Amino acid sequence: MQDFAGAFTLAFSLLASFDADLYEIVGLSLQVTLSAVLIAALIGLPVGALIATTRFPGRGLVIVVLNTLMGLPPVVIGLLVYMALSNAGPLGVLRLLYTPGAMIIAQALLVTPIVAALSRQVIEDRHGECAELFRSMVVSWGRAIATLLWDARAALLTVALAGFGRAIAEVGAVIIVGGNINHVTRVMTTAIALETSKGDLALALALGIVLLIVAIAVNGAVSALRAGTVPASHV
Amino acid sequence: MYGLRSLGFVAVAALALASLAIGSARAGDFIIIQSTTSTQNSGLLEAILPEFTEKTGIEVRVVAVGTGQAIKNAKNGDGDVLLVHARAAEVKFVAEGWGVKRHDVMYNDFVVVGPAADPAGISGMSDAVAALKKIAAAEAPFASRGDDSGTHTKERALWDETGIDVAAASGGWYRETGSGMGATLNAGVGMGAYVLTDRATWIAFSNKGDFRVLVEGDDRLFNPYGVILVNRQKHKRVKADEGQRFIDWLTGADGQRAIAGFRLEGQQLFFPNAGGATN
Repeated sequence: MQDFAGAFTLAFSLLASFDADLYEIVGLSLQVTLSAVLIAALIGLPVGALIATTRFPGRGLVIVVLNTLMGLPPVVIGLLVYMALSNAGPLGVLRLLYTPGAMIIAQALLVTPIVAALSRQVIEDRHGECAELFRSMVVSWGRAIATLLWDARAALLTVALAGFGRAIAEVGAVIIVGGNINHVTRVMTTAIALETSKGDLALALALGIVLLIVAIAVNGAVSALRAGTVPASHV
Repeated sequence: MYGLRSLGFVAVAALALASLAIGSARAGDFIIIQSTTSTQNSGLLEAILPEFTEKTGIEVRVVAVGTGQAIKNAKNGDGDVLLVHARAAEVKFVAEGWGVKRHDVMYNDFVVVGPAADPAGISGMSDAVAALKKIAAAEAPFASRGDDSGTHTKERALWDETGIDVAAASGGWYRETGSGMGATLNAGVGMGAYVLTDRATWIAFSNKGDFRVLVEGDDRLFNPYGVILVNRQKHKRVKADEGQRFIDWLTGADGQRAIAGFRLEGQQLFFPNAGGATN
């Protein structure tokens, strides 16, 4: 397996050579996935907090469905988004198919249930601890949620990272709605799929290593951010 | 079920608006070609398209999928031009009104590749149907695309001529990968199975292992490519003018010269043959 050893050398020489195409692909991967995670957080966190702090009929079922949606296959999401954004579909008029916008939509749909389901659990645990306190202090519901979200920010950052990991690594959805168009919608995972299909396994693996390095950088950055904002006792 | 679907679309719509703001809605002249993996994996389109873009200012975005999926996407209006290799399906596409006209562009040929050990003993044969019969008789593993692609269509036509019911052997020696050409070649090399492939993808393929071309030269292995403008009457957003300019270029002197000039490892992969057209 000389491919294996060669891949590591290739990965680092690719990074060191500042190959413009590679950096374009890495940049688009980050742009798409970070946008998707941001959208997913804006939707998923309030939804998670809402379910965590309220009691309503069918709540158990909602939680089961939400937890199940964490396992949605990316290719199914890709197919649904394709059907919606296709020129023959109801949203074809937006002309988003085969653009980074379509990829952001697909990944946001993929990540939102993860953020909502995990943050629901995180907030519900904290809510249990603080419910009495809130009641005794007559804190408004909105204020209570804001406090809970802020208090749980370290755990919620980990939730966002779980979403990031899922989105940056998936290929099934973005290859359908993005089309893997060179210089337009080609990201790390679709480039890896392409090189694999060309039989260039060393280059494919090298790109995989680069993807891992990028993910390490993002996780490291978040970790540093967390250390800066959260008291040591909470980390 | 309907309610669930519309709920889904509402969700997509909301996200669409959000990402319209973020996503790069890059303007400018471009067309989308729905094409096959062989034209991309071989590097042909990447080599010849810049010349067209330089001349006309029209960017060409290539979505490379199997012929079956390319045709389906084009029927949905998700492309301006179709460049594929399954003549019967192309003619049908035009006859049903989805496409304007089919133009010949280029051709190459299919080959059967297999392991050096060649358990079915087909090396050097030029009769593809007889070779498939020997593979079936030996029950030697054969990896099929199984994905309605142009290559799969050709493969099924060849099996039909043998009179052998491969469906009965599916999962046994006949293995349907349901994947693209490259993935199927990877699988074939991995399990020592014979594969029918277009020659361009094979020459460009890097993971050959000990595989080599065993059967070639049968007239039935002819592999013509056609280019079709998607019909604006079916989808009003088709960029007919730009798409037609591309087809004119590809089938004209410049495009044909560019195709003939594309070489990989010293070999010409595609042979221009524009001139014929089918309404």
